[in-house]
Amino acid sequence: MREETRKALRRLFSNASGVLGVVLLGLFVIVALFAPLLAPPKPGRDPYFMPVVTWSADPLPPSREHPFGVAGKRDIFYGVVWGTRTAFRIGILVTLASTAIGLFVGSLAGYFGRILDEILMRVTDIFMAIPFLVAAMVLTTVLGTGLDKVMIALIVFSWMYPARLIRGNILQVKEEQFILAAKSLGVSDTLIILRHVLPNAIFPVLIQASMRMGSLVITAAALSFLGLGAPQGYADWGALLNYARNWMLGGYGATFKYWYMIAFPGGAMVLFVLAWNLLGDALRDAFDPRLRW
Amino acid sequence: MKEPMLLEVRNLKVYFRNDEGLELRAVDGVSFTVPPGKTVALVGESGCGKSVTALAILRLVEANGRIAGGEVLFEGRNLLALSEREMQRVRGKEIAIIFQEPSAALNPVYTVGEQIVEAILLHQSVSREKARALAEEMLHLVGIPEPRKRLNEYPHELSGGMKQRAMIAMALSCRPKLLIADEPTTSLDVTIQAQILELLRELQRQIGMAILLITHDLGIVADMADEVVVMYAGKVVERGTKYDIFKRCRHPYTLGLLRSVPRLDVDENALASIPGFVPDPLHFPEGCRFRGRCFLEDETCATEPPEVALGNGHVVYCHHAALSEVCHGER
Repeated sequence: MREETRKALRRLFSNASGVLGVVLLGLFVIVALFAPLLAPPKPGRDPYFMPVVTWSADPLPPSREHPFGVAGKRDIFYGVVWGTRTAFRIGILVTLASTAIGLFVGSLAGYFGRILDEILMRVTDIFMAIPFLVAAMVLTTVLGTGLDKVMIALIVFSWMYPARLIRGNILQVKEEQFILAAKSLGVSDTLIILRHVLPNAIFPVLIQASMRMGSLVITAAALSFLGLGAPQGYADWGALLNYARNWMLGGYGATFKYWYMIAFPGGAMVLFVLAWNLLGDALRDAFDPRLRW
Repeated sequence: MKEPMLLEVRNLKVYFRNDEGLELRAVDGVSFTVPPGKTVALVGESGCGKSVTALAILRLVEANGRIAGGEVLFEGRNLLALSEREMQRVRGKEIAIIFQEPSAALNPVYTVGEQIVEAILLHQSVSREKARALAEEMLHLVGIPEPRKRLNEYPHELSGGMKQRAMIAMALSCRPKLLIADEPTTSLDVTIQAQILELLRELQRQIGMAILLITHDLGIVADMADEVVVMYAGKVVERGTKYDIFKRCRHPYTLGLLRSVPRLDVDENALASIPGFVPDPLHFPEGCRFRGRCFLEDETCATEPPEVALGNGHVVYCHHAALSEVCHGER
């Protein structure tokens, strides 16, 4: 098995876009890990809150002390660095939770079928029919604002996608003869799902998950941008963009005057999403034994 | 004379329901027996219910089908009355099955070794290392060269014949008392076919298992079987020893089947065939299901054919069993 993993890794690293994805993601991980060194927080303060660095409400362009500029009285560089941690936290927790729920619901529906399938899939349809942003707003008014509430809202409204995908794949895989062969050897239903159906059906879900990891961060940022997410001053890319709301159009005759307010947090977000998408593609190519010839 | 049977299928009925809610009686009152250590061939055309019978013995009929009646006695226990959990202990350990399409029957995401090890660990309490050693031994037993290397290969890295050998190794890893072989060689080319059949016979001798061989190839039947069960349209039409079936068959269908085998020793211009088609399983004729294709048909055939015992386990279901004997002269 170890040799297999090594082979898969070799395949992963022989793929240019895969390497780019890994490198980008590696950079983000480094930034997240070394955040206290890159942007030292003030002692005694919660490092996840961006310290106020100026009294003027006007944004300041990049300078020696504030390499990415200042927005909403706060250092953009500090926000981007510590926001990386926020992005990872949102991405990983929400993806793990929603994929787990989706896998559970989708496997039950797909494998056992019939009435259970009908009920679970109609529930899924109902959740899919609710416009996400509206539902998230309602949910945050019920639960209150805050990053954890945003994550709950994201989980509640994103488990349907893996559920549907895994259900479809399971419907296909369970007709395969090797499932019948496994049953004929006396394998129990639970083990058939876990060992035979899921490994053959899960790859698209994992790829979707790694891509969703990126897009969830965008959605969370959208909520923060609307003021529903992270509290005032929290290091979050969306919150940084929120500061840019009033300055986006620039000044008279200087449309791009405040470019740095959008470019740095926005750029971080784009690269983050790109990294996960590239990685998702490369992982599929490397690890799915059925694509190996 | 009466020996205890390993498997006794009594009046087995498997019905399917199609989308329109019509009932399809795929297997309708099938009875036969498999003595321990012997090979019984289940013969018939495609769609006659032989594979469904095999799956029903293991209670693996698809979701839209149900076992509507009968008994499957394995060493005296009725498998149809067992709980699902008890049934799981029978599958693989007491009765194993190998399928027609070896490439489809192996899970593509696991190595051959992992799959055999899983089968062993399911029914035997041995360590993983021991199971791996047993798996290697099984691959060696089924004649796969370099078994240690093959253990680490994925199904797509093996040839068709090799995969079927691996399947056999997996099925036999717990030394079942009965192996159901559902057209084990149909998808393989002729030389590999002969090798696999030879292998099955050799393993049968070593392990002492019985084989229920499902096939439509009478050449294989003549080669392998001790006893033969002939099925037509979901029913058994005749069963008996290989000699009885090949030399003294009494059912017009069996006769037609035998005649339609091309022969090298007889100068024939056209290949004999049975006139007409297999009836639509949704609308089987009343009475004898071979009605409309049979050269002995008369008005009595509209009623259910009687079971006629001809001695030595030779049984035929036909109104004209006495008459049909005459027809043998032609052959």
